[in-house]
Amino acid sequence: MKKWLRVDMSALEVRQEQPAEKYAGKGGRWLTSQFINEEVDPGCHPLGENNKLIFAPGFVTGTSAPSSGRISAGGKSPLTGGIKESNAGTPFAQSLARLGYQALILEGLPADKEQRYVLRVNSEGGELISAPELKGLGMYDTITRLREQYGDVDICGTGPAGEMKMAMAGICYNDPEYRASRYSGRGGLGATMGSKGVKAIVIERDGPGVEMADSDLFKIGQRKLAEALRNHDVTKPGGALNSFGTAVLINILNQAGGLPFRNFRSGVFDEAEAIAGETIADEVKKRGGEGMMGHSCSPGCVIRCSNVWPRKDGTEHVSCIEYESDWSLGANLDIDDLDAIAEMIYICNDLGLDTIEAGVTLGVAMEGGLAEFGDSEKAIDLLREVGRGTPLGRIIGNGAGLTGKALGVTRVPVVKNQGMPAYEPRSVKGIGVTYITSTMGADHTAGYTIAPEILSVGGESDPLDPQGKVELSRDFQATTAFVDSSGYCLFITFALLDSESGFEGMLETVNGVLGTSYTGDDVLDIGKKILKMERKFNEAAGLTRADDRIPEFMRREKLPPHDRVFEITDDELDQLWDF
Amino acid sequence: MAQIKVNLFANLRRFNPGGPEAGEFPLEVEEGSTLSDLFRELGVPKEEVKIVFVNNLRRQKDYVLQEGDRVGIFPPVAGG
Ligand code: SF4
Repeated sequence: MKKWLRVDMSALEVRQEQPAEKYAGKGGRWLTSQFINEEVDPGCHPLGENNKLIFAPGFVTGTSAPSSGRISAGGKSPLTGGIKESNAGTPFAQSLARLGYQALILEGLPADKEQRYVLRVNSEGGELISAPELKGLGMYDTITRLREQYGDVDICGTGPAGEMKMAMAGICYNDPEYRASRYSGRGGLGATMGSKGVKAIVIERDGPGVEMADSDLFKIGQRKLAEALRNHDVTKPGGALNSFGTAVLINILNQAGGLPFRNFRSGVFDEAEAIAGETIADEVKKRGGEGMMGHSCSPGCVIRCSNVWPRKDGTEHVSCIEYESDWSLGANLDIDDLDAIAEMIYICNDLGLDTIEAGVTLGVAMEGGLAEFGDSEKAIDLLREVGRGTPLGRIIGNGAGLTGKALGVTRVPVVKNQGMPAYEPRSVKGIGVTYITSTMGADHTAGYTIAPEILSVGGESDPLDPQGKVELSRDFQATTAFVDSSGYCLFITFALLDSESGFEGMLETVNGVLGTSYTGDDVLDIGKKILKMERKFNEAAGLTRADDRIPEFMRREKLPPHDRVFEITDDELDQLWDF
Repeated sequence: MAQIKVNLFANLRRFNPGGPEAGEFPLEVEEGSTLSDLFRELGVPKEEVKIVFVNNLRRQKDYVLQEGDRVGIFPPVAGG
């Protein structure tokens, strides 16, 4: 039987419980979003005692299914004021699942705001341990100290930014080599964790494993899925993701005129090649030493899209330079220096910041005159300022929306107060629809229409053509909600979109674990159900249609090189929810 | 003849006449040449080409190259 671990921070009590029947067979985003709907008051303050933070591994997380070490963190978002599910790949997810936990919940608020706690979890339950020595500590040192103290545990934690309750704070997890580098980055849930005084959670690794309803079916599915991943040009060993990392997208988005440059003033960055995945791979090879491509965020990934960036002398600098961070702290700021980008990622990892929100915010800060575009030294300084907790640091640490207000900037690329990721909506219309209508705020992973619009994966759709994009985004958003519940990395979908047997295999692994008989139709139906739940919470939290809108400047300013605005009307956008 | 600029990306960089790290290079092609002709000229197997952008627009293999075109050639890529 699956169990929950519920931690009441007001009473400082930890208890194991049997989940209600209605949660049977739920996992990942499905579980976190349903739980938030059932248990969290939509009117609560995201940093107050009535918000709850829930962690849930996916259906197949903790099994030997490929690329399935994913976890969903959920709560009411300090950044958007709506529901949040923020997904990460980490061994922490696998250990939690193998201990038999369907969910781990932090609720209430401790009386002593200055106190810090470590939650220690094993198969028996958990205990709260007072940890004043960790207060204000960066995530690198936090993980080192916790390992010294607890041995081979998996760890999740919040950095100084989360302790200072900044809306840009993510939740950090270790990678397989214990780097503080994997993040439930988006939406500020690190601040919610910080508000509860929980600095870190340590989990024992020796769990008995995930129960399976039909292990034969699981194995059949696992083989099909692994084969699909090994055969697809994008996901296979030596394929694009494995060889060049996700930053292989820099050049193609730039060629498509969809790589936001200088705070979304253009879709082209002339120096794009200097920060592209190809250059990262070349440099890693040339510098030698501790750098590597083909790194994995969690054991058992076939794709291995992560990397470790070396300094010029070959010593390790940071993991990882992925597309979003490379863009947000690079192209978006007119910075073409990978070592500077690496340093900014390092600071974000240590302070506990979402790299996307950090880069978007720095873009707005540059627009507001706090630094010149292209000035990487000043950009690094501004990030350090966040860690110092100065008034300016706190403004920046609360994201692009607040920083724009503080500086009187009107070109602020946010939806529901969340910074836009690395695709320009004026050049790629479908992803714009996703940013605008997603329950999560501007989020590319919520409905990755880039696949057909730019990558010709899962069909082809002209990125500049507004026709049909609402339907396209809706289908992607629904499918994604299911994948985010499964425990699989979203990147398996690149192979599944082009391989029927891979898709079948994915479903068989899910059915094998859960004892269900889900079909392709169920994937869409369940996904839609999840979206509706999330929408319901957002409405009750006070988000309306007026929050499903694109920033005004994107309707008025024509974006080079295509000289287009975002043309899909508000009425058309509202139709996304007609289902 | 038409003067164009060409760039190859990801695993296709190996077909760059200047070497994989050379980046964009100028090329003269016959009037009326298509993208398919260009692949042949560069020795790029057409089944390895997934996406081509010409002047920031996606083009199919029968596109006829024009003076001043900037061509970017990609194998299958993805990310997130
Ligand atoms: S593809 Fe990348 S992000 Fe996904 S599970 Fe593998 S290493 Fe992690």
